[in-house]
Amino acid sequence: MIAVQELTKRYARTTAVDKISFSVEKGQIVGFLGPNGAGKTTTMRVLTCFLPPSAGTATVAGFDVLEQPREVKRRIGYLPEAPPLYPEMATTEYLRFVGKLKGLSGAELNRRVDYVCERCFITDVKQKLLGKLSKGYRQRVGLAQAIIHNPEVLILDEPTAGLDPKQINETRDLIRSLAGDHTIILSTHILPEVEQTCEQVIIINKGKLVATDSVRNLQARTRGVESVQVEVTARDGALNVETVQHRLEQVHGVAQVVCKDPKDHRLVFEVQSQKGQLVRGDLARAVVESGWDLNELRAAGMSLEEIFLELTGSDAPPKTAEPASEAQA
Amino acid sequence: MRNIWTICRKELGSYFVSPIAYLLLTMFALIFGFFFWNILGYFVSQGMEMIMRGETFPMNLNEQIIRPLLSNVSVIGLFFIPMITMRLFAEEKRSGTIELLATSPVRDFEIILGKWFSALILYACLLFFTALNFGFLFLYGRPDWKPLLVGYLGLLLQGGLLLAIGTFISTLTKNQIIAGAATFGFCLLLWVVEWVTGYESATWATVLAYFSVITHFDSFAKGVIDSKDVIFYLSGIFLGLFATARSMESLRWRS
Repeated sequence: MIAVQELTKRYARTTAVDKISFSVEKGQIVGFLGPNGAGKTTTMRVLTCFLPPSAGTATVAGFDVLEQPREVKRRIGYLPEAPPLYPEMATTEYLRFVGKLKGLSGAELNRRVDYVCERCFITDVKQKLLGKLSKGYRQRVGLAQAIIHNPEVLILDEPTAGLDPKQINETRDLIRSLAGDHTIILSTHILPEVEQTCEQVIIINKGKLVATDSVRNLQARTRGVESVQVEVTARDGALNVETVQHRLEQVHGVAQVVCKDPKDHRLVFEVQSQKGQLVRGDLARAVVESGWDLNELRAAGMSLEEIFLELTGSDAPPKTAEPASEAQA
Repeated sequence: MRNIWTICRKELGSYFVSPIAYLLLTMFALIFGFFFWNILGYFVSQGMEMIMRGETFPMNLNEQIIRPLLSNVSVIGLFFIPMITMRLFAEEKRSGTIELLATSPVRDFEIILGKWFSALILYACLLFFTALNFGFLFLYGRPDWKPLLVGYLGLLLQGGLLLAIGTFISTLTKNQIIAGAATFGFCLLLWVVEWVTGYESATWATVLAYFSVITHFDSFAKGVIDSKDVIFYLSGIFLGLFATARSMESLRWRS
């Protein structure tokens, strides 16, 4: 659905995007991950035909962004970082305007406006002026305008930025619910967001592609080892740390057991499996059969945060990297 | 064509939902009303004087009221045009809504024409207030209406040219004040540039004076449609809108 080949975008002094290649299949949700100033917004602007590429090609639904921009624009819904709202317009008036720009008219326009209002939960602010809406509603109206013409591809630039936790969850649910009908690219610098929302992840840093893979593969690829957290309590009396640890170590496939939180009645262990071994079932059986209670058994898979740091090879947390260049991009 | 109308409607909405349009209309009506009242007062007192002296020199509404007033309108318009055009693109650039327009399947020239038409319509609304005043002349006298129509045609052409220039300048900046001030300065320069012919008769002075938008209006005020002036305005409008299109395109390459 989207194919990007050796895409490069240079500004006067800086190279914002440097020879990036990736492709996105139909119907996928792809997370575009990178620190601020990594080139996410620039890449998205090239895909939406807002900026022309300096070198390389990008095609959306088989149409080149330079050769046939109008065909591309017809198939794309775009939510820029700041929702492009006219404060003096009312919600429906605005959606009707955008719908007309995207080529809708008559009964179909009315139908789509009603549909997106319902889909994005903005029915109760239909007659309000956009300038008076709260941040969460503004974001949702922004999403509504992006999907008004039922585009094949949705490009969302930091759709959850600046929202409160409840709104973030609502927006994520909304995006996930759109996935079936649309191919979605969303950019973010928040790692858990990708883990929760996306199937595939494209990581870029300083304009260069760092990794592109499915979220699951990426987690597996970097370690291929299962990490499980086990909490064990005693039925009666105290537990001996060493006895429990010894028992867990005997389970087939376990490589290493570390006791993280020893207390009188409660022991927390972190168990690492050997490469390619699934140990959770056997661990549970071992604990129960020894007469202890199994309070918690949780796969503590490697978080994307760690993956990100490992891949970009930087020690600094990704969020702090040069925030100034984002504004320029 | 449909897209031009869509954008034009939206821009008109912005003018008339916000106080901009009403402020401009009120100010214009007040200023023009004062001019009208002034010139009418002078006309009446002149008439009285003539009667007192027993002269019967024919007085002409077209020559003595309509023509000078039309020239006045063209100058007053000069001051209002920057206020009409300054927000057209500057506002969209500042608030980021330009991204919506630029990523919609509409052509640049449709966006530009839509915006320019909306500005022209607002300008025509200003001119409508002058028609109200002129209406009184028709109510109490018998002026010739044809030169007046020609005058309005000239005003629209001149306005169209200055609005096209203003639209172009508005694409150059994110700041409305800068856009407005630059447009005002440029329009003023286009007006006064003919003064050089007052003391200089070299070819360059004649050429320079030719660019004065006001001199080209003189024939319209007289009620004469001179193809030379029509072509001047039309080519100026085209040039202004063409520059706007280039500027919009370059935004993408530069930004």
